[in-house]
Amino acid sequence: MTVTPLGIPRRLLEFTIDGEPVRAPEGSTILDACRAAGKDVPTLCQGDTLTPKNACRVCVVEVEGSRTLVPACSRRAEPGMQVRTDTERARHSRRIVLELLASSVDLSTTPGVAEWIKEYEAKPDRFGPDAARLNEEPRIDNDLYVRDYDKCILCYKCVDACGDQWQNTFAISVSGRGFDARIAVEHDAPLTDSACVYCGNCIEVCPTGALSFKSEFDRRSAGTWDEAAQTQTTTVCAYCGVGCNLTLHVQDNEIVKVTSPHDNPVTHGNLCIKGRFGYQHVQNRG
Amino acid sequence: MDLHFGDSMPTDEERAAVDALLGPPESSWEGAAREGTTAADLRWARGGRQARDRRDLLLPGLHALNDRVGWISEGALDYLCRRLTVPPAEAYGVATFYAMFSVKPRPATVLHVCTDLTCTAAGARELCAGLESGLGPGVHVDRSPCLGLCERAPATLAIRAGDPARTAVSAPATVREAVLAATAPDSAPEEPAAVSAVPQAGSEGLVLLSRVGVVDPASLDDYRAHGGYSALRRAFALGPAGVIREVTDSGLVGRGGAAFPTGRKWQATASQPDHPHYLVCNADESEPGTFKDRVLMEGDPYALVEAMTIAAYAIGGHQGYLYVRGEYPRAIHRMQYAVDQARARGLLGDDILGQGYAFDIEIRRGAGAYICGEETALFNSIEGYRGEPRSKPPFPVEKGLFGKPTVENNVETLVNVLPILTMGAPAYAAIGTAKSTGPKLFCVSGSVARPGVYEVPFGATLGELLARAGVRDRLRAVLLGGAAGGFVRPDEMDIPLTFEGTRAAGATLGSGVVMAFDDTVPLPRLLLRIAEFFRDESCGQCVPCRVGTVRQEEVLHRIAQRTGAAAADDIALLREVGRAMRDASICGLGQTAWNAVESAIDRLGAYE
Amino acid sequence: MRSTRNRGPKTYTRLTHPLVRDSRDEPFRPASWEEALDRAARGLAAARGAFGMFSCARATNEMNYVAQKFARVVMGTNNVDSCNRTCHAPSVAGLSAAFGSGGGTSSYEEIEHTDVIVMWGSNARFAHPIFFQHVLKGIRNGGRLYAVDPRRTSTAAWAESWLGLNVGTDIPMAHAIGREIIHAGLANHAFIERATSGFEEYKALVEPWTLSLAEKVTGVPAAAVREVAHAYARAERAQLCWTLGITEHHNGTDNVRALINLSLLTGHVGRYGSGLQPLRGQNNVQGGGDMGAIPNRLPGFQDVLDPDVRLRFESAWDTVIQPHYGLNLTEMFEAMEDGTLKAVYCIGENPAQSEADSGQAVRRLKALDFLVVQDIFLTKTAELAHVVLPATAGWAETEGTTTNSERRVQRVRRAVTPPGEAREDIDILCDLAARLGHDWKYADAETVWNELRSVSPDHYGMTYDRLEEHQGIQWPCPSTERLEPTYLHGRLWETEPERRGRRAPFGLVQHDPPVDLTDEEYPIRLTTGRRLDSYNTGVQSGGYASPLRRGEYVELCPEDAERHGVVVGEEVRVSSRRGSVVAPVWIDTALRPGLAFMTMHFPDEVDTNQLTIEANCPIAGTAEFKASAIRIEKLPAPTYVR
Repeated sequence: MTVTPLGIPRRLLEFTIDGEPVRAPEGSTILDACRAAGKDVPTLCQGDTLTPKNACRVCVVEVEGSRTLVPACSRRAEPGMQVRTDTERARHSRRIVLELLASSVDLSTTPGVAEWIKEYEAKPDRFGPDAARLNEEPRIDNDLYVRDYDKCILCYKCVDACGDQWQNTFAISVSGRGFDARIAVEHDAPLTDSACVYCGNCIEVCPTGALSFKSEFDRRSAGTWDEAAQTQTTTVCAYCGVGCNLTLHVQDNEIVKVTSPHDNPVTHGNLCIKGRFGYQHVQNRG
Repeated sequence: MDLHFGDSMPTDEERAAVDALLGPPESSWEGAAREGTTAADLRWARGGRQARDRRDLLLPGLHALNDRVGWISEGALDYLCRRLTVPPAEAYGVATFYAMFSVKPRPATVLHVCTDLTCTAAGARELCAGLESGLGPGVHVDRSPCLGLCERAPATLAIRAGDPARTAVSAPATVREAVLAATAPDSAPEEPAAVSAVPQAGSEGLVLLSRVGVVDPASLDDYRAHGGYSALRRAFALGPAGVIREVTDSGLVGRGGAAFPTGRKWQATASQPDHPHYLVCNADESEPGTFKDRVLMEGDPYALVEAMTIAAYAIGGHQGYLYVRGEYPRAIHRMQYAVDQARARGLLGDDILGQGYAFDIEIRRGAGAYICGEETALFNSIEGYRGEPRSKPPFPVEKGLFGKPTVENNVETLVNVLPILTMGAPAYAAIGTAKSTGPKLFCVSGSVARPGVYEVPFGATLGELLARAGVRDRLRAVLLGGAAGGFVRPDEMDIPLTFEGTRAAGATLGSGVVMAFDDTVPLPRLLLRIAEFFRDESCGQCVPCRVGTVRQEEVLHRIAQRTGAAAADDIALLREVGRAMRDASICGLGQTAWNAVESAIDRLGAYE
Repeated sequence: MRSTRNRGPKTYTRLTHPLVRDSRDEPFRPASWEEALDRAARGLAAARGAFGMFSCARATNEMNYVAQKFARVVMGTNNVDSCNRTCHAPSVAGLSAAFGSGGGTSSYEEIEHTDVIVMWGSNARFAHPIFFQHVLKGIRNGGRLYAVDPRRTSTAAWAESWLGLNVGTDIPMAHAIGREIIHAGLANHAFIERATSGFEEYKALVEPWTLSLAEKVTGVPAAAVREVAHAYARAERAQLCWTLGITEHHNGTDNVRALINLSLLTGHVGRYGSGLQPLRGQNNVQGGGDMGAIPNRLPGFQDVLDPDVRLRFESAWDTVIQPHYGLNLTEMFEAMEDGTLKAVYCIGENPAQSEADSGQAVRRLKALDFLVVQDIFLTKTAELAHVVLPATAGWAETEGTTTNSERRVQRVRRAVTPPGEAREDIDILCDLAARLGHDWKYADAETVWNELRSVSPDHYGMTYDRLEEHQGIQWPCPSTERLEPTYLHGRLWETEPERRGRRAPFGLVQHDPPVDLTDEEYPIRLTTGRRLDSYNTGVQSGGYASPLRRGEYVELCPEDAERHGVVVGEEVRVSSRRGSVVAPVWIDTALRPGLAFMTMHFPDEVDTNQLTIEANCPIAGTAEFKASAIRIEKLPAPTYVR
């Protein structure tokens, strides 16, 4: 008997991407199909463990017959759809989105964004020196997390991970509206007065470094964070019997960060406070 | 749910406000005092989905607190969350989404002063300045987007928290009247009747406005004496499929702005296998310059009740929601009374007209968010979430309110169903043009002698409409369709007021706004106000709109005093940002946020 | 007076060199490995025939395999056990009595696709947070959760219905549910007839347990019991999960049997989505037992009493295996008392703090002639040793595998270099074995694993390569070519009697209230458990700065606090018939009058196990940590802790 559950069989849909015929299982998004076909579409708010929120709009593509551009990350492929990923129109919106973000948010720790800015010839400076920015200071109110909302693109991933998609703690939400909208706990209190259980699953999904482990934040501030010198080793957590897989990020024989593989059948990328932060005891080396 | 609550406790008043809405708490887990309930509570607690399913009472709960106390304190929010099993962080996110709520202490009385286009043209700035010096610290003055009182600009709305909360409209407002309304709302003069907004009232041939000013809006008997409930009888005779056929054949399209064929929407919902089906009436009339739905609700409330009943019957729904914007206290009051009366008389409830058909209407109140007029944002608002639009597809006919098949129509659209059934589809379709059938309401305001709601058949020209309203001299521009619409020039008066006609002219009918401006108001100032409006009202969900509306406003500030070459680079920038907003925003708000500015540049030659 | 106490528990520094001493009166001195191993070998050799091995439920399968082999081959004894005795041994005993195998029958993923989830004596939201995420997925998918727990825990707050029973009345509750299912005509008779035995006796056994009697004994309204009975029985799929609230009782195995009965009654076992899930407290409790680091089973959970099994191991290991069960941890402690156990080799365990009635445990350890402790810290247990050997942290400094609660064997890997001269457990064991005449050669952990695969059919199919490829594999896995279903005991649903195998017997277990009775002198029932951010005795979890941590408190309901005239933060004396501690008060509305709660996370601050009772389950040996009788006394000059 085989065990790997195959799920309900899915039909294949036929449609075209940039004029080339593609086949994708029913339920796939345009982005899934693009990636399967080797097309690169930039994404920021999309997360492999989360339902697409399509808030950043950097992944927009053109679909024949659609009045507006459509987000590749969330729009499901349909039979006969004609998708164009690299038209002037799509590139224009991507460029403007990058300019709008880069002119208002600190993207210095967002992976990939510098290359996209170059590729799309985005010029965030053209809104002038007085262009409104978020102007937030890092919030350091506990020993485990730093929330630097100056780097927040409001992708909602942390809210979704903390909320009903994974952790169900609901410690954070978007508060306010429009440009003043911010991620906050109730009454905008310090994290230590909130429902936060410090699982770090919000940090796991944050695409910009707005949320970071204090261990990383401090090293970055001190200029000693060196990703190139880090090794990543996946092992199993030593707390409780659930058997969560931990990926230990080690620099100079010190564990500096703990993540979990997003495709792991036990964790799906999530951990609890003990697994995420309870490593210090092995390196109390006297 | 294992919710976390802080130490803040509600005051007795806050607790009473919530309990008045929800009833007293049943257990200490829900916030009852431990004494008396402990023995049972500590042995058996019910929770789970039943407890979580009350999330949709969050917005009514926030209103209850705001109405009673004037703001929402930490302890009050926590208590409400405990009662409804809602995480406090999420409730905080919802409370801070709406402009009419405050999570910081403020005086019990808030005076909303409309500073939108028509009111600004009518002197709202001076009014504000006068009020701020004329009112003491006991009143909080709030500069507000359009209050939907454009026929009586400038307008103010005073809301005094208490039990019950008091409201007083002052329009057209003087400093003295507004101060009186804010300081003594009970003794403020009665607002003029809805009919004062209908210059055509009583004339022959009116279809939609025929009863406004003619019937007593409180009287169900009066309504019936003027043809009320004959359409519902006809609907029962036709059966649901027959009603949908009539509506389809009538050519009725949505009057909210998108002009989607109503019959098709109903058919698509009726045929969904998933149940229940919901009917939502969108009365969140927030497009600046629009007030027709208010006039209908205030002047002929039973018509909407009857129309909603017919719509729900056609789509196989048994529950309807009427979502009215929070700035319309009188409309809410009138509609609530009408719904209660209809229910008492068996015209809502389990067995309407003895036909064995059950339907009821719940009224939900908005709290100051233009975006909630977007159909899916409105669903989120009713459900107790932030009023952020959802991605489409899936469309509401498939997954709408509470994830179920839903028809959402605006007030005017629904009210059109009554004449369709009483006169028959062919006769209705004969009104107007071939592609735009039926009568249409227009909200005419600004530089006209007789502002108000006008009913004309589709096909009348802009010039004819404005002539009827008594357009004043020195007309500089007409804004068609509201802030999300566009400007036309005084020399374009022959544009036919139909969907196809305005489209051909590169304009839009939108929600039926016709705002006339003479040359006393500088155009850049109008554009800046429109840009401010979109910046304020952007929900913040998607980047093009959240940041794009800010950048648009910044540029318009920068070029307010510039023209020609000095503005050219910035106008090019506006175009680029505007194009991305139009192409890449999630919903209509961002997609249209650049429309009016673009039309002013291209059509009126602003900044030349 | 106010004292601000340091909320961080004691932090421990890693051991970097072997420590030795001649007697317990002397301080330790650092020694070379050579000297330390020589001394250890001498001490153990002298105690042959009176030796016990405490293996480690947190170390790898490979280490546990070698440790039990050390006990059985080098020391010639089955006296090998680990801390699973203090937590889940009753689960293993109960499940193997019913089904012949001690593992949980389901997988995490199945709970996402089930209809009813019953969590009994389990605050998984705190103790097993990532497992609870699977539960939450199930709830979001429409599953209904029912919680049975004396406290309304975070887990219970998610339930459709929470049943707040009296501590130690799980059997009455289970029996009343069983009776209700039978009387309501909801029993699955086809399944009962085909796959179980002893139903008639069970039916007679539960017959007296009417809903109203259950209400009297458990304190839970009859309607609530009825509701959960009907929900569980009528569900198409249902999962029954439990943790230490079931097992840490003097009759823990009986409790487990009583729950298993419900699955037999309804056919909620052996199918996808229907099963029994004991949640393990430590990363390798499951694996330690699977590897034979328990006194009655050889690797692969094979019975020591089975002569064929023994023969196979005897030929594989070239030794003679004792044809009787060894002593379990509890019995070994008793044997220390009467002097028949003279030497212990304790690897990675801290029984001086984790055992119930810890004062007694320390006395007994001190009675040993020779104690070797191998650990990464100088724990309270290590402080009692003659030789202390610095080891590596299994999960971050060694290669190997562990087995989780869903029987999934997963690779652990070396990510950091151990400090100082610390060495891997297996290497230390092999060096000791060599000094005692057994020259074992294991090139690496994989070599150990492959030896285990050769003797354990259930693990045969799990090569390291496959474990990597599949991100872990669940046992049984007899073939290197395929994978088995995610659930156990599908055989019970086979139509052919031969394929169906042994019938699962109903457990005919009687209610037996907690040993430590409450009375006028000790009126409050103390129960224990875990908090979200801390773990066991806090040796590991104390190392990081948790914003949630507030140290140890005795948690009372508001009414009891008022009755005693005490407030939050006020230190009080907490006494049981065995000992007494001083702890500050915390007020928790999830408790009811007469019920108090403490943890054992901060033993250096408040040694909760001074209070607990060593009343052991006669079958599994687990102590009744969950039910002590205590009293609270206001101090004459109270101190307040913030």
